[in-house]
Amino acid sequence: MTLEGALLLAIVLSSFMTGSIVFFLREESHRLRTWLNLLGAGLKMVLVLGLLAGVWSGHEYRLSISMAPGIEFMLAADANAVMFVTLSTVLWFFTTLYAVGYLEGSPYRSRFFGFFSMCVSATTGLALSGNLITFLIFYELLTISTFPLVVHRGTRETMRAGQVYLAYTLGGGAVLLLAVAWLQSIAGPVTFTEQGALGEVVASHAASLQILFWLFIAGLGVKSALVPLHGWLPKAMVAPAPVSSLLHAVAVVKAGAFGIVRLVYDVYGIETARDLALLQPLAYLAGATIVYGSVKALFQDELKKRLAYSTVSQVSYIVLGTAIFGPLASIGGIVHLVHQGIMKITLFFGAGNYAETLGIHRVSEMNGVGRRMPWTTAAFTVGAFGMIGVPPLAGYISKFYLQQGAVATGADWVAVVLGASSLLNAAYFLPILYRAWFLPPPVRWPEEHDFGSWETHWMLLLPPLVTASLVIGAGMFAEAPFSPLAWARFITSREYAQ
Amino acid sequence: MPGPSEAMLILVFLPLLSAALAFLFPRLAGRITLVSVAFLPVPALALVLAVFEEPVMVHRIGGWDAPLGINFRVDGLSAWMLLVVALVAPLLTLYAWNYFGGETKPSAGKSQSFWPLWLFIMASLNAMFLSADIFNLYITLELNGMAAVALVALAGGRDALQAAWRYLMVSLAGSLFFLMGVALTYGACGSVDLPTLARTLEAGPSATAALALMTAGLMMKGALFPMHFWLPSAHSSAPAPVSGALSALVVKGSFYLLLRLWFEAFDVVVTDAALVVPGILGAAAILWGSVQALVQARLKLLIAYSTVAQLGYLFLLFPLSAGTAQSDPVWGGALLFLLSHATAKAAMFMAAGNILRVAGHDRIRDLDSVAHVLPVSVFAIGLAGVSLVGLPPSAGFVGKWQLLTASLARGEWWWVAVLLSGSLLAAAYIMRVLIPAFTRRPERRGEAILPRPLEWSAFGLAAVSVALGFAGDLPALLLATMNERGGMP
Repeated sequence: MTLEGALLLAIVLSSFMTGSIVFFLREESHRLRTWLNLLGAGLKMVLVLGLLAGVWSGHEYRLSISMAPGIEFMLAADANAVMFVTLSTVLWFFTTLYAVGYLEGSPYRSRFFGFFSMCVSATTGLALSGNLITFLIFYELLTISTFPLVVHRGTRETMRAGQVYLAYTLGGGAVLLLAVAWLQSIAGPVTFTEQGALGEVVASHAASLQILFWLFIAGLGVKSALVPLHGWLPKAMVAPAPVSSLLHAVAVVKAGAFGIVRLVYDVYGIETARDLALLQPLAYLAGATIVYGSVKALFQDELKKRLAYSTVSQVSYIVLGTAIFGPLASIGGIVHLVHQGIMKITLFFGAGNYAETLGIHRVSEMNGVGRRMPWTTAAFTVGAFGMIGVPPLAGYISKFYLQQGAVATGADWVAVVLGASSLLNAAYFLPILYRAWFLPPPVRWPEEHDFGSWETHWMLLLPPLVTASLVIGAGMFAEAPFSPLAWARFITSREYAQ
Repeated sequence: MPGPSEAMLILVFLPLLSAALAFLFPRLAGRITLVSVAFLPVPALALVLAVFEEPVMVHRIGGWDAPLGINFRVDGLSAWMLLVVALVAPLLTLYAWNYFGGETKPSAGKSQSFWPLWLFIMASLNAMFLSADIFNLYITLELNGMAAVALVALAGGRDALQAAWRYLMVSLAGSLFFLMGVALTYGACGSVDLPTLARTLEAGPSATAALALMTAGLMMKGALFPMHFWLPSAHSSAPAPVSGALSALVVKGSFYLLLRLWFEAFDVVVTDAALVVPGILGAAAILWGSVQALVQARLKLLIAYSTVAQLGYLFLLFPLSAGTAQSDPVWGGALLFLLSHATAKAAMFMAAGNILRVAGHDRIRDLDSVAHVLPVSVFAIGLAGVSLVGLPPSAGFVGKWQLLTASLARGEWWWVAVLLSGSLLAAAYIMRVLIPAFTRRPERRGEAILPRPLEWSAFGLAAVSVALGFAGDLPALLLATMNERGGMP
């Protein structure tokens, strides 16, 4: 094993080891558990920084271990992988901090943080997967490790939601397994390759590859909540807030979207996908999901459910960008992978703070919350404006590129979808902000907790402030050399042959 | 490291002698077994390594050759099976030692008879894997069956005795069929030696009849659908270590013998069409066993039905290997699956034993009251479940993957459907057990008073089963040392 390969393995294992230890800690050893968690998250961050520096100076990162004949466990750090792994590592650090504050005093914390770490291990592994089968391995690991988090509260309602979640994700996993195995029987083991990995097989197996593509989309679409496979997502809202943040911004939904990005660019290749006439239907599917999610979000009074449907809609921006042929749209889709993550996590942090500090769960209870919790509400506002696409925030950048890409390819209907979606976004976010800032607060909050001099516990307050500033930064400094946009451009430049 | 000949002798005679000693000194029986089993991995590993140097090794006991004396023989397949026993046995024995009271209650009733019988099981299994003629195979099969029946009866009580009685009948009938097949073979060919049969046997009605008889016998003993009816009651009524040993190891013996007969001795008789028959039965076993597991009210019965289902996967090897050499990945996959099931199922029965002991029952719907007290056991069930469902990176996943890709490469879609639905059904029945673990029941918390090794040995085996996914090359490499198509070694 080379030093480079060892670094990749260390990035995946750093949270795995943390998790393995945390599982077996006594419930009472709160301090030790917290330090271990933060240590693991911090270590991972340092390692990823090392990786970034290495990639920048031109090192090749690849690790390959044979598991069995035909099954190669492969990690690699290409441009796509580096972007996703950085996103998940940074957001994990703040989510860990948030979760420590959020779960203070609740039972079964060792179990929670054990699976929490496993979940992030699976996500980073997924990001760094160098071939399709390794991706599949981590995709399934993600399912296993998130289930205990979703059902953490252990109530009857939670268990039912958990079963729905599992039925969807395991079913999707089985379909993906079939797709991967089938593709392997046609094309041999598939290594992710820029501009496509299928080579000559495309000509000889065009029909099979077309069916296979939709099998892949069905398998990946469950996690990325493409309509009509999104049913689990609003139900999974029973999970504690840090889990929802993680699920929506970093892990599960993102894993599905990342998988679709991989499928189109690095398995089929964007040009092959276009030649096989796969992109157009995928774009329609994404467009339908965008509109459907936004419309459904309008009618949710429960804050987390509204955010959930918003995720259904927003994640499909990534798919849409992927499904439109042309570099501008590609940039928009890929950069939204990051932008949606930081915006949505901010919103969920905010929702969690309202619930934990004031007992607010519904939009109709949010009157005047901005006066009681100005900092949280400010962060929430940034996230919401970002989602609507107000310049100069991160969401604006994504939508701008998607719009330009659509216009460049003459797909006018996309422009209509994007416009309608932005209006709908405004329609379901602005009333919340209006209530929060401009309506008078009630005499008593549903269930108020006192956290001393700050509006809430500092561990709950710091993460949304940080991610909100990331939302602003990613938009304002989009032209800077290390911005998500710059990286998305770099990726895109490598995915198109001409 | 012992040489190959010594290793073969140790693998059979160490447990055999220990069994005699354990019988003579019941007070020391547990300790004798622990020491003896702790040594087993050494000769097994030695043989695995030796096979890579010398693909087939024969040891003539006492220096007499085949027709007169008894030969031991090792090749890639038997080395793998010996390794499976040697890997599962130590943790299982450690569990049994604590289960039967360890040093606190030496030689109390049940445990007194458990130890020699358990050693006998290992000795007869190892002898089976080392024997190279079908008459000796019959002897080892019979010894193994008798010891297994006695172990089932160990629990006492009406249910256990009834189950043991049924098992005994099936086992005897199975042996009888096998013996008739041996006699027919000897009459037709004048030999019972596997390599000789492989060379000289001619296709014809008597050879076909002989194979059919032996296969029928082995299917009974190996609990292949629809001859599985005796298994759930026998495996679920026995004490936990016995359930583990039976499900993990004993039933695998029959499968091994079927491989030897179908692909080595009677290779000329076996047509591609015939290979489909065990496959269909295996597919039926997967579906029927899984559905049954899904509706059981008791945990141990659920696990036993899961064994019925999981054994079915092994038999998919028959149709999927048609026309392939043993170096084909599907062979390595099936054998890895065998090890994966052995470790996972032993772990699961062990964990179920812990639950049964603490709760006093194993009704699935009431498990939430114990799940919180036994987190390690529940975790063990979860990990073992990962392997049984076939989720990555477990050995179960790697095994199923090879079966799946083989079916796809052959364009045989029906196996694909069976494999995938089997996995989903397995996920459903495993979740029935795990769901209570997450249901909150704060009123009954506190530490259970269980010896720690009881929990950790189950956990260890389950973890091994998951980690073994990374060892998928080993069975493939071992089998690659064997001959190309046309009789095994």
